[in-house]
Amino acid sequence: MEFETFADFIAMGKHGPYVWSAYGITLVVVIANILAPVIRRKGLVEEIKRKAKREQLES
Amino acid sequence: MFESLKRLYHKFGSPKYFYDITGRMLPWLVALSVLLLIPGLIYGLGFAPPEKYQGNSYRVIYIHVPAASIAMSGYMLMAVAGVVVLVWRMKMAEMVAKSVAPIGASFAFICLVTGSIWGKPTWGTWWVWDARLTSMLILLFLYLGVMALNAAIENAQSAARATAVLSIVGAVNLPIIKYSVEWWNTLHQPASIRMTSSAIDPEMLYTLLSCIAGFYCLFAVLVILSTRCEILLREQRSSWVKKLVGV
Repeated sequence: MEFETFADFIAMGKHGPYVWSAYGITLVVVIANILAPVIRRKGLVEEIKRKAKREQLES
Repeated sequence: MFESLKRLYHKFGSPKYFYDITGRMLPWLVALSVLLLIPGLIYGLGFAPPEKYQGNSYRVIYIHVPAASIAMSGYMLMAVAGVVVLVWRMKMAEMVAKSVAPIGASFAFICLVTGSIWGKPTWGTWWVWDARLTSMLILLFLYLGVMALNAAIENAQSAARATAVLSIVGAVNLPIIKYSVEWWNTLHQPASIRMTSSAIDPEMLYTLLSCIAGFYCLFAVLVILSTRCEILLREQRSSWVKKLVGV
């Protein structure tokens, strides 16, 4: 470990706000990119099922 | 050799085959990206030595460099898929190209934002209009242009053709980004990793390589997830998709 205490680790020798904000923003963007296809997939599956049901009723 | 490559190409051209094989690859890719990224980033944040002149602010490198690399490779992938769309009219290439755009844009955005945050304590400014930064910003705009064009054209096939042309023309920007630090006098530092001799400490180098590999696996996972959605959307009339969702 490069840092003696946890507080040192957070402070990053005065560069804490820069390092942690960079990592934080990256985390948010990555999570958004993971969630987007998961949510989209759910919607798609529901839509395909709904369409199939309607077609069955019509025929 | 050529024949088997051709066969592989035709296999991957089939949405059903692509969907099946990526479904089997996904758990491995997820595991690989977690195993490479989590230790890589933890080591980079807490264990790698500080940089001699920049202190701890340099720790941004472990996301900045992978993001930059992926933003450029992602664009390359989109342009190559664009060529396949225009020459062979392959449906799978249309779907991959469309899926890559927002993901590539995200990584270009991460690269620019983390670079800006790194620049403040290092150069004393958030932004300069130097060749590296400007060409990277243009890459983000190219991605956004591709996304806008995809959204503006209703017919999927015409949208794919139009965006293919834009992505191929925009690929001129890639060598400009790569060599900008050599061709022009920029504030941005030259490449840290080179084939022959790297400019950084081995402990930093291996940490960075692990993060780069991990982010690439993550990128593959994201492209696959998004492309599979696109397949479900476009192939919803086919019997195998109906069977898959259980109708």
